[in-house]
Amino acid sequence: MSLLPWSIYVSFAGALLALAAGRRSAAAARWVALATAATAWGLVLAAACRFTPAAGLQTVADAGWIPLMGIRYHLAADGISLTLLVLTGLAATAGILFSWNLEERAGEFFAFYLTLIGGVYGVFLSADAFLFFVFYEIAIVPKYFLIAIWGSTRREYGAMKLVLYSFAGSALVLAGLLWAYAAGGAHSFAIGDLAAAAAHFTAGEQRGMFALVFLGFAVLAGLFPFHTWAPTGHAAAPTAASMLLAGVVMKLGAYGCLRIALPLFPTGFAFWQPAIGGLAVAGIVYAGFIALVQDDFKFVIGYSSVSHMGFVILGLAAGNVLAAGGAVLQMFSHGVIAGLLFAVAGRMVYDRTHTRRLEDLRLLHLGRLLPFAAVVFVIAGLASMGMPGFSGFPSELTILIGAWRTSRAWAVVAAFGVLVAAAFTVRVITVCFFGSAGEPAPAAGTHPLPPITLAEKTGAALLIGATLLIGLKPGLLLDWILPSLHSPLFTAVLKGGAP
Amino acid sequence: MIPDYAGLGRALRPEAALVAGALLVLGFDLAAGKRGSIETRLRAATAIGMAALLAALGLNLHIGLAGPVFGGVLTLDALAFGSRLGVLVLSLLTLAIAAGAARRRHPAEWVAVVLFATAGFTLMAAAQQLLLAFLALELASLSLYVLAGFDTDRAESAEAALKYFLFGGMSAAFLLFGFSLIYGLTGSIDLPQIAERMASPSPSPLLAIALVMVFVGFGFKAAAAPFHLWAPDVYEGAPAPSAALIASASKLAGIALFTRLLWPALGATSENLAASPGWLPVAAAVSAASILVGNLGALAQGNLRRLLAYSAIAHAGALLLGVIAAGRSGPGPVFFYAATYGLATVGAFGVIAVVERSGPCQKITDLAGLHRRSPFLAGCLALFILSLAGIPPLAGFYGKFAVFAAALQIAGFAGPAGWLALFAILMSAVALYYYLVVLKQALVAAPGPNANPIRVPLSAAFALAAAAAMIFTFGVFPPLLLGFF
Amino acid sequence: MNALPCLSLIVFTPWAGALLLALLPRISGGASRVLALVFSFSTLALALAALGSFDRTAAGFQFVERHAWIASLNVHYHLGLDGMSLLLVLLTGIVAPAGLLGSWRQTRNPRLFGLLFLLLQGSALGVFLALDFFHWFLFWELSLVPAFFLIKLWGGADAARAAVQFILYALAGSAGLLLGFAAIYAATGSLDFEGLARLAAAGTLHAKLAALGGFWPKAVFAGVFLGLAVKVPLFPFHTWLPSAYAEAPTGAAMFFTSILSKMGVYGFLRILWPLFPGPLHAASVPLLWLALGGVVFGAFAAMRQSDLKRMVAYSSVNHVSYCLLALFAVTSASAGSGATRGDFSAALSGALLQMFNHGISAAALFFCVGVLEARSGGRRGLGDFGGVRTSAPVFAGLCGIALFSSLGLPGLNGFVGEFLVFRGVFGLAPWAAAVGCLGLLATAMFLLTFWQRVFHGPRAGAAAGSFADATGGELAVLVPLAALMLLLGILPQILTAFYNPLITTWAGLLPPP
Repeated sequence: MSLLPWSIYVSFAGALLALAAGRRSAAAARWVALATAATAWGLVLAAACRFTPAAGLQTVADAGWIPLMGIRYHLAADGISLTLLVLTGLAATAGILFSWNLEERAGEFFAFYLTLIGGVYGVFLSADAFLFFVFYEIAIVPKYFLIAIWGSTRREYGAMKLVLYSFAGSALVLAGLLWAYAAGGAHSFAIGDLAAAAAHFTAGEQRGMFALVFLGFAVLAGLFPFHTWAPTGHAAAPTAASMLLAGVVMKLGAYGCLRIALPLFPTGFAFWQPAIGGLAVAGIVYAGFIALVQDDFKFVIGYSSVSHMGFVILGLAAGNVLAAGGAVLQMFSHGVIAGLLFAVAGRMVYDRTHTRRLEDLRLLHLGRLLPFAAVVFVIAGLASMGMPGFSGFPSELTILIGAWRTSRAWAVVAAFGVLVAAAFTVRVITVCFFGSAGEPAPAAGTHPLPPITLAEKTGAALLIGATLLIGLKPGLLLDWILPSLHSPLFTAVLKGGAP
Repeated sequence: MIPDYAGLGRALRPEAALVAGALLVLGFDLAAGKRGSIETRLRAATAIGMAALLAALGLNLHIGLAGPVFGGVLTLDALAFGSRLGVLVLSLLTLAIAAGAARRRHPAEWVAVVLFATAGFTLMAAAQQLLLAFLALELASLSLYVLAGFDTDRAESAEAALKYFLFGGMSAAFLLFGFSLIYGLTGSIDLPQIAERMASPSPSPLLAIALVMVFVGFGFKAAAAPFHLWAPDVYEGAPAPSAALIASASKLAGIALFTRLLWPALGATSENLAASPGWLPVAAAVSAASILVGNLGALAQGNLRRLLAYSAIAHAGALLLGVIAAGRSGPGPVFFYAATYGLATVGAFGVIAVVERSGPCQKITDLAGLHRRSPFLAGCLALFILSLAGIPPLAGFYGKFAVFAAALQIAGFAGPAGWLALFAILMSAVALYYYLVVLKQALVAAPGPNANPIRVPLSAAFALAAAAAMIFTFGVFPPLLLGFF
Repeated sequence: MNALPCLSLIVFTPWAGALLLALLPRISGGASRVLALVFSFSTLALALAALGSFDRTAAGFQFVERHAWIASLNVHYHLGLDGMSLLLVLLTGIVAPAGLLGSWRQTRNPRLFGLLFLLLQGSALGVFLALDFFHWFLFWELSLVPAFFLIKLWGGADAARAAVQFILYALAGSAGLLLGFAAIYAATGSLDFEGLARLAAAGTLHAKLAALGGFWPKAVFAGVFLGLAVKVPLFPFHTWLPSAYAEAPTGAAMFFTSILSKMGVYGFLRILWPLFPGPLHAASVPLLWLALGGVVFGAFAAMRQSDLKRMVAYSSVNHVSYCLLALFAVTSASAGSGATRGDFSAALSGALLQMFNHGISAAALFFCVGVLEARSGGRRGLGDFGGVRTSAPVFAGLCGIALFSSLGLPGLNGFVGEFLVFRGVFGLAPWAAAVGCLGLLATAMFLLTFWQRVFHGPRAGAAAGSFADATGGELAVLVPLAALMLLLGILPQILTAFYNPLITTWAGLLPPP
């Protein structure tokens, strides 16, 4: 377990190394980046193998930092953190594999990328609210440059919108946290201590603090109607960045809600619960319908991400252990699936065809030109629809069950959302890859597209393997997640366990 | 009571070193400088100047926290110690950058004036008596007026100096008038005694006038709205190294003095913090106006220097919030903020100064393609700008964080300070926008058609690297800078 | 528990074949067809082997495999075989290879075709054998994917639209099914069919769901009902069927009509009825009308078709609705209504037999239409043929057996199932039986029309030129199917023997006469 903090340090060190290696050649930068990401992931997996689930956080590093304000450098992990750490490593490694063809300013690209990864690892390991916030903000600026320098359509606009929304969200979180810190006597920023102090706040204070903190985190998680940054930003981003942004960074927001907002302010949560649940299901359905009418391949996937994150937020809003466990599982599952979807749309299709418009792609009969991409996208699409056998099904099922226990109406709307997701997925699969069956074969003059490289195949295999593994054996992750939700921090805010 | 001249002399050794250094620079240049080129003269002058500053630094460290001096005219407490240290370091960095900046005439005079200004700053930081405070303020301000107008080739520089002088002179008058009213009301010019007498104030309209006067004076000094009108022109017109000093060290010294003046001297009149009477609402209003005007003004700028000026106004608002909070949490947070803000600003202007060696650097687009022209400069600029934006793990973040935490500890959201903090936090998102616009040019945009690689002179490189390192280190280990609070 | 997990073998062997085909991208067309056929036959072989150890006198599940799977959700890997599932597994084992042989001639990408077909087969088998909702639903949903691609990639002119309509309808139903079971899990903490059936029998399930209050218990029932009804399909949720069956390639159409529709009926018998006896009883009259709608409408719509494939598709709606008619009639019976135990047994037995027999005869019919289509170069209208009997007597004879079996001629297998169904329904809900006879009438009309127009009269249309008689390959499919139809028509006891204990158990649960 004490290996875990090294994933952060290795990532930051790797960022500097990649920057230096980029001076020599793009290939050197790539290999350094891959080695770093794989090492960090390996450390996480090694720690995961020796992990024994227990209620509550297990400390992995604790040192004094700023005693004046009661801030400690305190890193800790539980089953939830570990699940998301594994996801981060997987998404990072796969993302680098899918960026293997990047040539321009490669060193800087991987430097920003690995800094972002390091920040994300840090967020998932923080047990001190200040430290959490520091890592959370470290992850913001690299996003801007990744999109603005290496992105595609409207990249500067998309980058600015994404970063400003994220920052505005984090500003709200800061306000809420400082309020709680000050009102609790300003002794300590440790999450446990803040929760203990918050137990004595008035209902009004709890409601206000919860609103600030939850809203701030939920903006990053793509809560309707504050989600508009997500499709634009993700569509503009380069492949590896969108894989990471949609796959992992959006989960930072949801994780913040689960780790900080909920345990600290149970009374506030109870007050705002109906509103959050309503917005979550609205987002699921609304984003689904928008995805159904999109003309741009990447925008479809961007909106589908918002829809899936709606499920995560619904799981949190339901306020019981099973739903919250489903939400964490969905975070993992969607992280992998979004990675696959963006990998196909960005790297496999767009880099080769240079178009993302569905009408143009329909004419290309990609099912025949890029059969590997077609198969991968079908698998990713099925997983995204919640098809059993893939990781989306157990997570959506548990969220539905948990949501049903709190509000029948939410569960019904969410189930409808599953159907809408199926509809837009089927649409995009048929239009992009399978044109229309009866159409004549394309003219002989169509030159073949560049073949799918080994790096892409490896990345795809990693991600598909993950979604299949968790789809068939969700117990692997649920056995980590559910005990963590029984910890004392959650007993005030999450009801009961599975019957 | 026998005046302790010896103690005074000992306490003022840093100032003495600075003045001696200034005279030495002038003398050396007079004697030996006529034969050399401008470059050599500049280098010699800055070398002597830096030696003087280092001597002052060493002396300051040697004196340490000596407490009240000469019957309370000066006080060398933690705030004074830290501020003096900060001012000296900032001046050192300014000189190092100046050594690598574009050539100018009268280099030795420039260095000498910088040293005089620094002496003024160090006295401001330690002053605990109204008269000394005013004298030190004037010494510093007059020096800064001269520095602003030093670039005789450009009309903007002269305009900047003139505006600065006019505004500054008028505000000095306000300040003096306010001080004299305070003396009239309390019968003393020593801040501790003023604090005692203010504890039971006689109800008199003169008190209100005195407070308003003092606020106007300091509001101008700190470039807080609505007294900010000089800042954009001065930042734009002054030569880059001068602007660096104006923006950084004078803020730090000014804030130190202002804090000491308000708490505890006038502290009693702030009274019942959550309710109305006293200067607290005024301060809050000025702070809010500064944050608003500064951020919104910066959004519209296409000129880099003016953007930095408006951002300085916004930061002044946040610093004022820190001053308000200093009553309850002590001067630590606001000192940290001001010091690291100074470092970042010196760094930013330093980058501008170096870029100016190979072409104009007024518009934001003049920075285009900096990542290709000089990766070192681009990286440093990124660090400085992000610190100004308040992004961890850089020092600017912790400064903001500490100030906001202190503000919220006063009364949560029940008082104006809390709401002000919330406002400031939300406006920092607006600020990030224009800071990213700058970084976009530097790191994302391609270089312009006649942009060529920039060679960074050694002294400037050291200065920038040192500033960047300090910003990063203080950001990751804030206790290093806060250790003595 | 047996030493050999034969049920798992039955389910996963076709999938193993699909995996093998996926891993051999450069295999030749002929070899891939043979490989697919071999793996497809494995089901029949394994089922017959299991038959040897099947205890015909025991009610309850045999060859049970039960392992913990997702402990935190109380989900188990649970497979079991009883009389009904055995019947359906055997049906799958017979029809699937027949389907592959039915599309033997199509040349485009046979490897992918075989792969998808085997995936479909395995999923269907999984549906028939799984006893825990988690993997039952997995197989149920996974069957949609190969079906979709089979229609889309090898289908007719309107295949794209038909495929999308098919899958969206099915997924809409599945959403309801998913929600219903989520609610059941939320109330009881279990997804196991056996366990839930016990809870329902004890009245606990009803009580727990009633705790939800309001209309929610009915909503849960409606959700599960919808998911199953779309699959069968039950009128009026059948609108996806004609296009899907008509556009699908022959082999796929055979599989759909024989097996996919039975998945729905199986769901009604295995899930909906044991878990929701009360709501079924309460809604029985409207449901009877729906079943009758399927019977009557299906038949009358078939009468109006000129496309032979669509005609057979609509006749599928009609025939499968008989099974549901029987079930709803059974559930409509209340205590003291005068219905005898014999009526119940007849109805249920008829439903099961009809499932099997329709599977055989409909598969044969689609095969015949496929042959006609192949011979005529793509045409399959009623008016495109004439006097086929003269040019292809053997083919006509075998086709005739299939037609008359579908019609319900005594002596052929179709008769037994329909007779028992009507016998039972007449005893339980006489008015329904009367209305259902309309369907019988219409069925007779269109099937005889088919027979007369295509096979009798002067040689016309495609049969005017050369119209070869049945080839070896076609005989290999038609002869065994025809033989089965004859055999089961005379000796239906072969089948009834498998499920008699099951019927007895079911009848025992019903209200006393």
